[in-house]
Amino acid sequence: MLIKLTGGRVYDPAGGVDGVIKDIYIKDGRIIDKPAEANIDKEYDCRGKVVMSGAIDMHTHIGGGKGNIARTLLPEDHRQDPVARTDITRSGCGHAMPSTYVTGYRYAEMGYTAGFEPAVLPINARQAHMEMADIPILDKGGYVMLGSDDYFLRMLTAKKDQKAINDYVAWTIHSAKAIGVKVVNPGGINAFKFNQRKLDLDEQNSHYGVTPREILRVLATAVKELGISHPLHVHGCNLGVPGNMQTTLDTIQGIGGLPMHLTHIQFHSYGTEGDLKFSSGAAQIAEAVNRNKNITIDVGQVLFGQTVTASGDSMRQHANHKYASPNKWVVMDIECDAGCGVVPFKYKDQNFVNALQWAIGLETFLLVDDPWRIFLTTDHPNGAPFTSYPHLIRLLMDRTFRNDVLATIHPEAQKMTTLASITREYSLQEIAIMTRAGAAKLIGLKDRGGLTAGYCADITVYTDNANCQAMFEKPDYVFKDGELVVVDGKVVHTLWGTTHVVRPDFDPSVEKDLKSYFDRYLTMKLGNFKISDDEITEDGRGSLTVHPLRA
Amino acid sequence: MTVIIEVPSPFCGVGTDDLTIQVDGVTLKVTENGCAVNTPAFEQAIGDTSPRIAGKAVSLQEAVSKAASYLKDTKQPVIGGCATDVNGMRALLSLADRCGAVVDNMNFTAARNNFLALQDSGWMNTTLAEVKNRCDLLLVVGTDLESFAPRFFERYLWVQEAMFLDDTNQREVIYLGKAPSGIASTSPAGQQPKVVTCDNESLPEVVAVLRALVKGQPIRAEQVGGIAVSELQAIADKLKAAKYGVVTWAAGALGYTQGELTVQVLSEMIKDINRTTRCSGLPLAGKDGDQTANQACGWTTGYPARVRFARGYPEYDPYLYDTNLMLANGEADALVWVNAFNTKAVPPVSDLPTIVIGRSGMTFTQEPDVFIPVGTPGIDHAGHAYRTDNVVAIRLKKLRESGLPSTAEVLSAIEHALKET
Repeated sequence: MLIKLTGGRVYDPAGGVDGVIKDIYIKDGRIIDKPAEANIDKEYDCRGKVVMSGAIDMHTHIGGGKGNIARTLLPEDHRQDPVARTDITRSGCGHAMPSTYVTGYRYAEMGYTAGFEPAVLPINARQAHMEMADIPILDKGGYVMLGSDDYFLRMLTAKKDQKAINDYVAWTIHSAKAIGVKVVNPGGINAFKFNQRKLDLDEQNSHYGVTPREILRVLATAVKELGISHPLHVHGCNLGVPGNMQTTLDTIQGIGGLPMHLTHIQFHSYGTEGDLKFSSGAAQIAEAVNRNKNITIDVGQVLFGQTVTASGDSMRQHANHKYASPNKWVVMDIECDAGCGVVPFKYKDQNFVNALQWAIGLETFLLVDDPWRIFLTTDHPNGAPFTSYPHLIRLLMDRTFRNDVLATIHPEAQKMTTLASITREYSLQEIAIMTRAGAAKLIGLKDRGGLTAGYCADITVYTDNANCQAMFEKPDYVFKDGELVVVDGKVVHTLWGTTHVVRPDFDPSVEKDLKSYFDRYLTMKLGNFKISDDEITEDGRGSLTVHPLRA
Repeated sequence: MTVIIEVPSPFCGVGTDDLTIQVDGVTLKVTENGCAVNTPAFEQAIGDTSPRIAGKAVSLQEAVSKAASYLKDTKQPVIGGCATDVNGMRALLSLADRCGAVVDNMNFTAARNNFLALQDSGWMNTTLAEVKNRCDLLLVVGTDLESFAPRFFERYLWVQEAMFLDDTNQREVIYLGKAPSGIASTSPAGQQPKVVTCDNESLPEVVAVLRALVKGQPIRAEQVGGIAVSELQAIADKLKAAKYGVVTWAAGALGYTQGELTVQVLSEMIKDINRTTRCSGLPLAGKDGDQTANQACGWTTGYPARVRFARGYPEYDPYLYDTNLMLANGEADALVWVNAFNTKAVPPVSDLPTIVIGRSGMTFTQEPDVFIPVGTPGIDHAGHAYRTDNVVAIRLKKLRESGLPSTAEVLSAIEHALKET
């Protein structure tokens, strides 16, 4: 079947196209050049409309145990947003932590065609993949979490060489079916199990004598040497702690030029100025990001309203439980592997701290120059549910709207932010970079996030609107792998996306030591721990797509 | 004859995955690392393999069509049991969504004690490998741990070595409430557990006093539930002195009304202890596919496995959608019973059209209208099941070629037939 999208204004940063009127042709799920034959099976009139590739959320908690704990914890939130079944869609629930099916539908209905779970615990990877297998339409993938697992920390204490670390990291990526590596509060989740309550960048784990700085360098080196496209994905030390801006600056400096992605950096950009000893560090952070080309970031924007925070950072989540709203929370230590913490939050515009968090996120977006190195996230659901992205895009693209909202937040927070003086407005091309081309490039997806021939035909068509929230809320058409899945912001057809992975090489003898470790200390046999390909594909819906390593 | 090693069990709840099983045709024999729970569950012989309608053998296709015809015009079918693997639950939830059924896991009334506490105030919990390597004090509340999971102590406490304990023999075990039925909790060096017993009905008061003592609140009474307060004070002191205490309970063993308050008091006590040291809860479950049902239902609907789809979307009510209550109150008009694990867990007897998707070998006092024998996940087909600690899903192996269909295949076929009619 040959499909033609006629006359749309195309924003395709990957192909170097910035708002040019262009026809797009689709055949067998892929974008093709204008074909010689002209027998178009189906034509969509896109004149006056905006065409982008399908959006990619490079950091969203859509699969894994902590998300399901968050769901179980919040029946009252689901009851506010029941989702009924239709002839083509399943029932479920929405709002803060939607059910898997609803996650897929609502992402697609905003023009998203892929989402990446950033915190896949190796021991919980099966669950992450099973949940993501029940998310329709979207492609998905995960970053596997290392850095607080006892095996790794024992290796550091035993001064194992980088090659041995690389083998372990690569083996774990294979076992967990991941496309990247994440570290959360490096060593801190582990330290919490030894009753440490904070861990600064240069503070030692009381048992292993290892510091977060060393963990970051070793893991970032492993990721680079293994040729994994996505830089080490870092949730830094001291999340949410006033003054953590300095920790973040030190983390950037300490990585010594290695590629590093700092995630939900808003939560790590706080100063201690002002009467309330809480201030914005966004300007300093943005300056450091602008200067250090090895650094990429996503923001983790806070937006006002009820949500739930679900994180691997058991240490910081435990410390933050006093802000739980409603007052119930879960913290878990997990399998000598990692941990998690789930704390419901209600961000209020009349709360000084929440209001300033909101402003800090926006300052960060607006002060970082290069849209290829910053990504649009709310750290779903931690800063806000992903369904608030169109609102966030409007805040970035529309200064008047932004300042109108700014005028309504806590007055002391207004005084503590430079937001009103920042004139920048994001362009459609910059939005397309942050949410498409840049994200695909960062993750290393070889044929997604662009609209040139050969790319997968994941395409979103919007109607241009001065109110860009309305525009991004309701695409006219969304195509996934060349199939029309959304019309006028509603799912019309469903299919199953693929699971993106990388497969770096490792020395198979790495299993010798691991097998003995599993037998002695863990609760599962090594052979039963590794996820096989058929676990992803045996239901006939799932598939694996392996992406190339860096040369 | 073949021998399969490192076989994971979906039966014991604690994720033993070191069984060696000898397979001779369709006959299984556990030759290594069996236990009183797992060995009979694996070795259970295959019974009927032919589906039946009203007691008469029929083809699978006929049975599926008949099941669909029973479900076609129902107003409120109930799908009970819900004891199967992840794929079985996926198919079950899909069918329930289509026909507006109630979905109710057979252990939910027990698990409700945990869910109500979790959904009201939360908890701090741990998993089995943390217990194995860190636990220096285990407090067992109201539960006979070794009859629940016979190999718990051997696998997770009295191990040869633990990463963070010099000598695993030095772990301390305290029973509060029920006394242990055997000697599994005695350390290899002969150290017996401290056993502080009381009636089950006294547990709410006893744990309330224990929590108060942990918080340092003055207690005037000298004894509670027959236990001297000084004994509870000693337990409180040990919990606060431990580096990594673990408190465990089986929600189903708290067999009195409002058992959720006991879980809540324990969980809040654990949070209090964590002000100064580390301590975690370990709720015991993982049987009859309960954690599997709750997890899969959790991500599919947002709620654990007691939901109703009658209005087109999932609604959760931990009380109203109880299979037994719905049947007793005449609120259901058809019953689908799904149990791929346990031949003894048969559906409640009722006058309603009853469809059983059950483990081959199931016998009935009242023949169901439709019976479709299915394979057991982890024996007849591969699959996934959750352990008690809810984080770890184990990959179940296929051990033999029995020709029995999986729960997922049968339920999907019924849904398909329902779509066609």
